[in-house]
Amino acid sequence: MTGESLLFGLSGVLVSSAPILFGVIGETISERSGVTNLSMNGMILLSAMGGFAASLATGSLFLGFLSGAAIGALIALIVAFVSITLKQSQVAVGYVLTILCRDLAYFLGNPIMGMNGPRLNLLPLPGLSDIPIVGTLLFRHDILTYLSFLLIIVSWFYMERTKPGMMLKALGENPRAAYVRGANVNRLRYVYTIIGGAIAGLAGPIYSLSVKAGWKGTISGLDGIGWIILSITIFGGWTPFRAAVGAYFFSLLQWLGLVLQPLLPNVPSQVLQVAPFPLMILTLLLVNISSAEWVERSLSRLPESVRRDVAKVLMALNATPPAALGMPFDKDD
Amino acid sequence: MRDNKATRLAFGAGSVILALALTSAIVAITGNDPFLAYKNILQGSVGSPNVAGNVIVSWVPLLLATSGLLFTFTVGLWNIGIEGQITLGAIFSVWAMRGLESAAVAPGLIIALSIIAGVAGGMLWALLAGALKTFGGVNEIFGGLGLNFVATALNLWLIFGPWKRPGVASMSGTLPFDPKLWMPTLSAQSRLAPIPLILAILTILIAFVLLKGTYFGLRLKAVGKNPKSAYLLGIPTWQHMMLSFAICGAFAGLAGAVQVTSVYHRLIPSISSGYGYTGLMVAMLVNYSPVFAAPVALFFAALNVGSIQLPIVLKLDSSLAGVIQGFLVLFVLIGNGARIRLLKKKEGRS
Repeated sequence: MTGESLLFGLSGVLVSSAPILFGVIGETISERSGVTNLSMNGMILLSAMGGFAASLATGSLFLGFLSGAAIGALIALIVAFVSITLKQSQVAVGYVLTILCRDLAYFLGNPIMGMNGPRLNLLPLPGLSDIPIVGTLLFRHDILTYLSFLLIIVSWFYMERTKPGMMLKALGENPRAAYVRGANVNRLRYVYTIIGGAIAGLAGPIYSLSVKAGWKGTISGLDGIGWIILSITIFGGWTPFRAAVGAYFFSLLQWLGLVLQPLLPNVPSQVLQVAPFPLMILTLLLVNISSAEWVERSLSRLPESVRRDVAKVLMALNATPPAALGMPFDKDD
Repeated sequence: MRDNKATRLAFGAGSVILALALTSAIVAITGNDPFLAYKNILQGSVGSPNVAGNVIVSWVPLLLATSGLLFTFTVGLWNIGIEGQITLGAIFSVWAMRGLESAAVAPGLIIALSIIAGVAGGMLWALLAGALKTFGGVNEIFGGLGLNFVATALNLWLIFGPWKRPGVASMSGTLPFDPKLWMPTLSAQSRLAPIPLILAILTILIAFVLLKGTYFGLRLKAVGKNPKSAYLLGIPTWQHMMLSFAICGAFAGLAGAVQVTSVYHRLIPSISSGYGYTGLMVAMLVNYSPVFAAPVALFFAALNVGSIQLPIVLKLDSSLAGVIQGFLVLFVLIGNGARIRLLKKKEGRS
């Protein structure tokens, strides 16, 4: 492989990571406030279809992205209402919505299947895009890819360096303490779930208007990506930077799979296509295994010097969810 | 408002009406007449003995999946991996069939062994998800989903690779078995096989008796409600979780084996046909209780079969069945929450 094609490949990895980043950061915000939005997989299909349909009808890309965000926000509102106000299981409502949104997307998207629609243009940044190597890698993308870079930094800054960001983390870690500090826990959870949903909702139109332009129904190749996003959220340990590492690593592996396919004629294409999923199980295993009882037991049997190193590696990989994730809050309890 | 049968019935009816109203609105958005769509679904599901028979054929795997899921739900687990467990059941069943096809034993015995292999395959895949959960801390939802995609890939690989048809591999699946190895059906034209139907009814009865009438069911329930206190009371917690994974996987594997031996007589790419995912919806709709599982599963099967004709007759996507099911479960969930909330409010005032 020449240096140039490698550069283009890596630049493409950054582009195909953009929708995943929006999904992962959106979900991270929602889960940090204590609400798991499990509807991701269906929601992305619906917002991809809706965003494409809206910009097909209006000719406006902006309205396409806006519709995607609105669909994400609406689905998140339903999750928030059923789980916060009605105190039903977040997993249950999320699962129903992921199935419902998928079928709605296929049903409503039937008439526009395979149509040619608008597509997001590249926006090379003047000056910056002429820098050798770095210019091609970072500054010759569409606007949403630039926004995905910004999103990582802004969401990190908000969570780690601002007061409302601290409060957001308190909502998911210790809602009672947040309440005592004067926060309206349930109202804030609504707000962050909806904001997270709107951000994640952009993932759909990023696919249908840019990364995998168009709407092709069941063969759009988007079914499954939502579950990957939810796993990367866990892998990311609910922090923006580690989540971004997960998203980029995932896209890199997917690209490598495409590049390696011609070199490995004996490996059937179906196997490489699903390679992300065993990988997903493996990473979840890595970030969770240190909390398993038998691991702790066998660790304690190791000699002190080895034990410390192994424990260090496991602790570095370990990801602990927000303590109050999935639990309804009632100030009277 | 009191918490009695009438209130529950009123909330249930309200949920159904809301679900139908929203579905109708969705159909109307696409410029179609919702009533025409419903009429078509009705005709497509009970319009002739043939389609009604197809509803029963599709009820069998759905009921098997739902019966299995009642065990995992009771113990507090979301066995989303059931879809892959059905696929593995089908794969193991075909595997056994291929191995025994030319053996000089009675066809009935070969079919029975093939079904047993399917049950084992489903159980194995479920125990894998269970082991990931118990020994690896991997949430069963993500472990199960990952395994679903792996199962689909394994299935496609077998169809296009080692088990491909002589000549050219295709999406139509592997070569059908010798007709003498097909599960006997009611008549030559019918696809309805009585033995799987009896097995399906048997599993829901087993689920009912075990969950509602035995200490085993009570222990599962205790673990589901509060694993910590169940453990302190001396109930081996993870063992019960593994056991319910095994039971659910066995029922799912049976569903896969039934699809192979009595419906398709070969392995096809979408062999699990979403029965696992729909089974989860059925279990949620009946509030994880075995009492109404059978009729609701029958209704969902009728919706699925009835909507097959929609693309041809009305140019509507057959996913309309899923839309109706989704709205139904969503509004029943909302209705339950709203009823409990209103009752609590009233309690608070009095």
